[in-house]
Amino acid sequence: MLDLSPQDWTAVALSLRVAAISTVVALPFGIAVAMLLARGSFWGKSVLDAVVHLPLVLPPVVTGYLLLISLGRRAPLGAFLADHFGIVFSFRWTGAAVACGVMAFPLLVRAIRLSIEAIDRRLEDAAATLAASRFWIFATVTLPLALPGIIAGMMLAFARALGEFGATITFVSNIPGETQTISVAIYTLIQVPGGDADALKLVFVSIVICFAALLASEWLARRATARLHGA
Amino acid sequence: MAGAARYRASSRGLTMLVVKAKKQLGDFTLSGSFTSEGGATALFGPSGAGKTSIINMIAGLLRPDSGRILLDDDVLFDHAAHIDVPVSRRRIGYVFQEGRLFPHLSVRHNLDYGRWMGGYPSDPDAFDHVVELLDIGHLLGRRPGKLSGGERQRVAVGRALLMRPRLLLLDEPLASLDAARKREILPYLERLRDEARVPLIYVSHNAAELRRIATSVVQLEAGTVIARGGIELLDAAQADMLA
Repeated sequence: MLDLSPQDWTAVALSLRVAAISTVVALPFGIAVAMLLARGSFWGKSVLDAVVHLPLVLPPVVTGYLLLISLGRRAPLGAFLADHFGIVFSFRWTGAAVACGVMAFPLLVRAIRLSIEAIDRRLEDAAATLAASRFWIFATVTLPLALPGIIAGMMLAFARALGEFGATITFVSNIPGETQTISVAIYTLIQVPGGDADALKLVFVSIVICFAALLASEWLARRATARLHGA
Repeated sequence: MAGAARYRASSRGLTMLVVKAKKQLGDFTLSGSFTSEGGATALFGPSGAGKTSIINMIAGLLRPDSGRILLDDDVLFDHAAHIDVPVSRRRIGYVFQEGRLFPHLSVRHNLDYGRWMGGYPSDPDAFDHVVELLDIGHLLGRRPGKLSGGERQRVAVGRALLMRPRLLLLDEPLASLDAARKREILPYLERLRDEARVPLIYVSHNAAELRRIATSVVQLEAGTVIARGGIELLDAAQADMLA
């Protein structure tokens, strides 16, 4: 049943790469923003919170278009990055990763923030009395205790990135082998006569990937939680 | 009292703690003013008298509104001179009422934590000595979640001792334990006072417990120090309570 065409396999591999890289690259930013929102008290905090959540409520096409007019080659920021660092996003798989990362960011931040807020801060005070500086308290107490939430957030972000369609196709279009992820490939296949069978195979593959990712994250989160509660 | 005498004999010079601090906490005015010259100083008083707030100020977890806190020649806090040494650099051990062991680390790693963070080299002799003193050798591989209340508090004491504190604060370390567990731990605390060569500030509302540990007493009520003296203060307080 799964005799996928080389082009379909390319789309699957590209999707996995884009989703994995966007999740990993977004992670440090996600942790930093979650930390700010959970612990910080500063002017404009609710504005930051709203901006972070915007991709969750905006139509994905809008997010993709905003990326296009800010990071496209003719946009000031996009041109600057291309001229000075050689970083180009438009019509490249890296742009697909950016779109996925932005779309997944609110889910990542939300899960990590909740787990940081659930940490007993008295443990951090105890670490301070044991000569730990703020950085080391974060690295040895806060971060390990937030681990179940970080895993859950990464899983959500990965799944969201895998399913991302609107922002990706708007920002980086639909180029086989470069920006044609599973979702975009499925959309393309069902637009052509006789493409249904191939589309169905890709649908099956994406179900399998998401199911495996869910099981893996569930297992990891359970292990991390068990470690925290003394196994 | 024999224990106290032995403490002095083994002590490497007295540590002098001077606390003169004020703090407004809502409607509650805390005004701690006392000195402690080594040994085991009891901070004694009913619940809500401000005992924990005072040792939190000594540890640096609570910032006084005014006053000074000195440990030997070291100024830990001086409002007028804008000095407020961060908690992590005070080198004051703290045994919390609920232990506060790190749940994600084994007992051994909990014990080593202060040494790591303080940047001290490994000292197996000191480690073994503390482990033996508190009889926690059989717990080293376990996680805090698998310890009984009494075991947890002994590990918490060991963790605070192994960071090489200049002063050890104990906040009602037995309050969360039942009577049998208290009897189990008290001998360890007596040994600690006599052998560990570190001055203690011991917070409790329990006169019977303090009588076994303390060498001097600071009595608090409603945020104010009402008496300082020897452990005879505990007898008077207990007599008042019974009357």
